[in-house]
Amino acid sequence: MPKFYGTEISSRLMLGTAQYPSPAILADAFKRSGAGIATVSVRREAGGEKAGNAFWDLIKDLNVAVLPNTAGCHSVREAVTTAHMARELFDTDWIKLEVIGHMDTLQPDPFGLVEAAKILCDDGFKVFPYTTEDLILGEKLLHAGCEVLMPWGAPIGSGLGLNNIYGLRSIRAQFPDVPMVIDAGLGLPSQAAAAMEMGFDAVLLNTAVAKAGDPALMAEGFAQAVVSGRMAYDADPMEPRDMAAPSTPVIGKAFLQ
Amino acid sequence: MKITVNGEAKTLDVTNVAEALVALGYGDSKVATALNEDFVPASLRVSTELSDGDRLEIVAPRQGG
Repeated sequence: MPKFYGTEISSRLMLGTAQYPSPAILADAFKRSGAGIATVSVRREAGGEKAGNAFWDLIKDLNVAVLPNTAGCHSVREAVTTAHMARELFDTDWIKLEVIGHMDTLQPDPFGLVEAAKILCDDGFKVFPYTTEDLILGEKLLHAGCEVLMPWGAPIGSGLGLNNIYGLRSIRAQFPDVPMVIDAGLGLPSQAAAAMEMGFDAVLLNTAVAKAGDPALMAEGFAQAVVSGRMAYDADPMEPRDMAAPSTPVIGKAFLQ
Repeated sequence: MKITVNGEAKTLDVTNVAEALVALGYGDSKVATALNEDFVPASLRVSTELSDGDRLEIVAPRQGG
């Protein structure tokens, strides 16, 4: 299994914790998924509300590693402050860094992302940047101190799958030794399998499972797809070709009119 | 003292962030704080004084993707 900042992951499927119909269904989905890492966030809480305590108890019971995010942050300062609050709350230096640049696509702001990544890496954070398939951006994030890259498959919550196969293949080939996670945009297990077949180390998804009619069943579907896709990658797939090549031997065929 | 807490105007009789959390009912809640957009670690809440017009953010663990 790949290592993220020296920590070997237990599953190539990483799962978000938002949008489930109930806490019980969330817990069931996690069990069926076998996911070893859960993404979480920080949000405003009213005095006496204690929803945070209840959610934290639920997450602790999942017995998974926690990856807090800076979801919804649009500025460097906002993302950095959110990361610090998350580090204290969740007692981890892992941070899924999101610096959003566009409201409709939730596309990362590449300039703000690199700036925030540098600040946080210098401050001891282990940064998991939500990025695009852009090679130059990937290079600059690595230079800033990131040791993992998380290119998007498609816009967050869209379920469109792998939007730019060429771009994703390029970034995988450009940084062969960097652990890389396809983060966001997946809607179906077949898309997760495709990402794994391309050699990505893991996938991170949320909506595809949480918004399925049966989240736990979909979680298991993704789990199996991720395993299958990785097996295919490790098995060194055949080269595609344009013309047919008969698999049944031609020699020895009965001569019949 | 008049400050803004999580976007809402509040009038509190407190001097620092730690006192504000108690006055607002956070007690033993698992929360993190930022004052005027800068993180305030738990260890510095007592020594971080508040002034009129300050913006205090109080957050807790939540679901995320």
